[in-house]
Amino acid sequence: MDKVIIAQNLSLAYSDEDTIINKANFSIDSGSFVFITGASGSGKSTLLKSLYGALKPIEGSLVVGGVELKGVSNKKLNFLRKHLGIVFQDYKLVKEWTVEKNIMLPLIINSYEKSVTQTQVDSLLKHVRLKHQAGKYPLELSGGEQQRVAMARALAHNPILILADEPTGNLDDYSSQLIWNLLEGANEQLNTTVIVVTHHIPETMKVEYKHYHIEFGDIHEVL
Amino acid sequence: MKSFKNHLSLIVALVSILFSLQIFTIVERSIDAYKDKLATNYSLVIVSQKKLEQQALLKKVPTIATMEEISPDSVIKKLDTKISKKNMDLLKVTLPKFYKLRLKKYPTPDEVEGITKKLMSIASITKVETFSATHDTIYKLLLLFKTVIFVLAFTILVVTVLLIFKELRIWQFKHNERMSIMSLFGAPTWLRSAVLFRLAIVDALIAAFISFVIFAYISSTEWVSQQLHTIGIQIIVFDKGYDFLMMLGVSIIVSVFLAGFIVLGHKEEV
Repeated sequence: MDKVIIAQNLSLAYSDEDTIINKANFSIDSGSFVFITGASGSGKSTLLKSLYGALKPIEGSLVVGGVELKGVSNKKLNFLRKHLGIVFQDYKLVKEWTVEKNIMLPLIINSYEKSVTQTQVDSLLKHVRLKHQAGKYPLELSGGEQQRVAMARALAHNPILILADEPTGNLDDYSSQLIWNLLEGANEQLNTTVIVVTHHIPETMKVEYKHYHIEFGDIHEVL
Repeated sequence: MKSFKNHLSLIVALVSILFSLQIFTIVERSIDAYKDKLATNYSLVIVSQKKLEQQALLKKVPTIATMEEISPDSVIKKLDTKISKKNMDLLKVTLPKFYKLRLKKYPTPDEVEGITKKLMSIASITKVETFSATHDTIYKLLLLFKTVIFVLAFTILVVTVLLIFKELRIWQFKHNERMSIMSLFGAPTWLRSAVLFRLAIVDALIAAFISFVIFAYISSTEWVSQQLHTIGIQIIVFDKGYDFLMMLGVSIIVSVFLAGFIVLGHKEEV
């Protein structure tokens, strides 16, 4: 099976003195569903940031989607990010854009045709049950609704890899279930690799998944 | 409303830059026109033992516009009328020649000094009268006026630039978030900053248009033409083509520089 992520002797740090991930080795198969857990401050979000190139490795190698992220150029990083779908705990929606335009963002960046963009956005709005909120601005929505918009945005361009940082952290049960259904659906139906950083793995998971745990700067698979 | 306020503060800042620039241009034009007027009235008087040729003088002082010999008759008339006609003719021949020189432009005190030296280097010239006291006073007054206006315009410019830098911080804060989010999805720099440059250019166009309307109105008022008439000069207060293009250019350069500064200063959140 193809590997979508390969980390070898990977070390991550925000400063020289404070290494958060220390010489970790792991790989993730293409099309798999992966949970990464760990205590607060263990480095879960740091690892996720490194996967979309917001934090560069200080040591070792990290290859995501065939792109080596150590010393990666902006051009290559943009190329990789175009094929990623990222869901943040704080949603990261553009406040001055409508729900519809926020979902369109990856489609605009990937130069999709207008007609395709509109069809895709309409379909996603239906999936996340926000068709009636299309013209609203993020701050007019509840937290759950904003996360559903972020989820729709992450799915819009059929990414090869979805990275989700505690996507249901602050959400009500209804929105949480909807998010898990969408992530499972993308993995099952589109064979998209999904990596979720979370404190708790939901009990209702229907798809097969792998579980990695971060402790003392090391990443190991929980069997 | 908040966004409109942000736009307004940049537009006001740009308009004040354009305003000070145009005022300085008008003052410069007025001073140049006044200098031309003074140049037509200002002349030097030279005294020579021999008859002088204009071409020979032009080789030494190319800024000479005209040379006119002053007739000695008026001087001689003032002398005692008891002098015989024969002696009078003899006196006319022995008297030195007086010439009035007009220059192409109103000279600076240094230029006057230079012209005097060059003329005095001609052997036959014994005296050059530059009326330096009057000349220097007028010149220094013009210089003072120009300096005062320059300092005023420069002060406005500095204050406005400081205002723009404050505005820049607001823009940086406002646009950084959107640019960071776009960057997380792989948007290239040009796409991330396109909105910013579009806004900057729209603000620049609005500021240039507002300044155009203000100066087109000011230049058409009766009061301005009366003031120019009183000074005795005729200038184009506001050239609707050239001045508008200059204002538009400055406005776009300043606002694009502002947007560029934000784009270069953008740092991705980690």
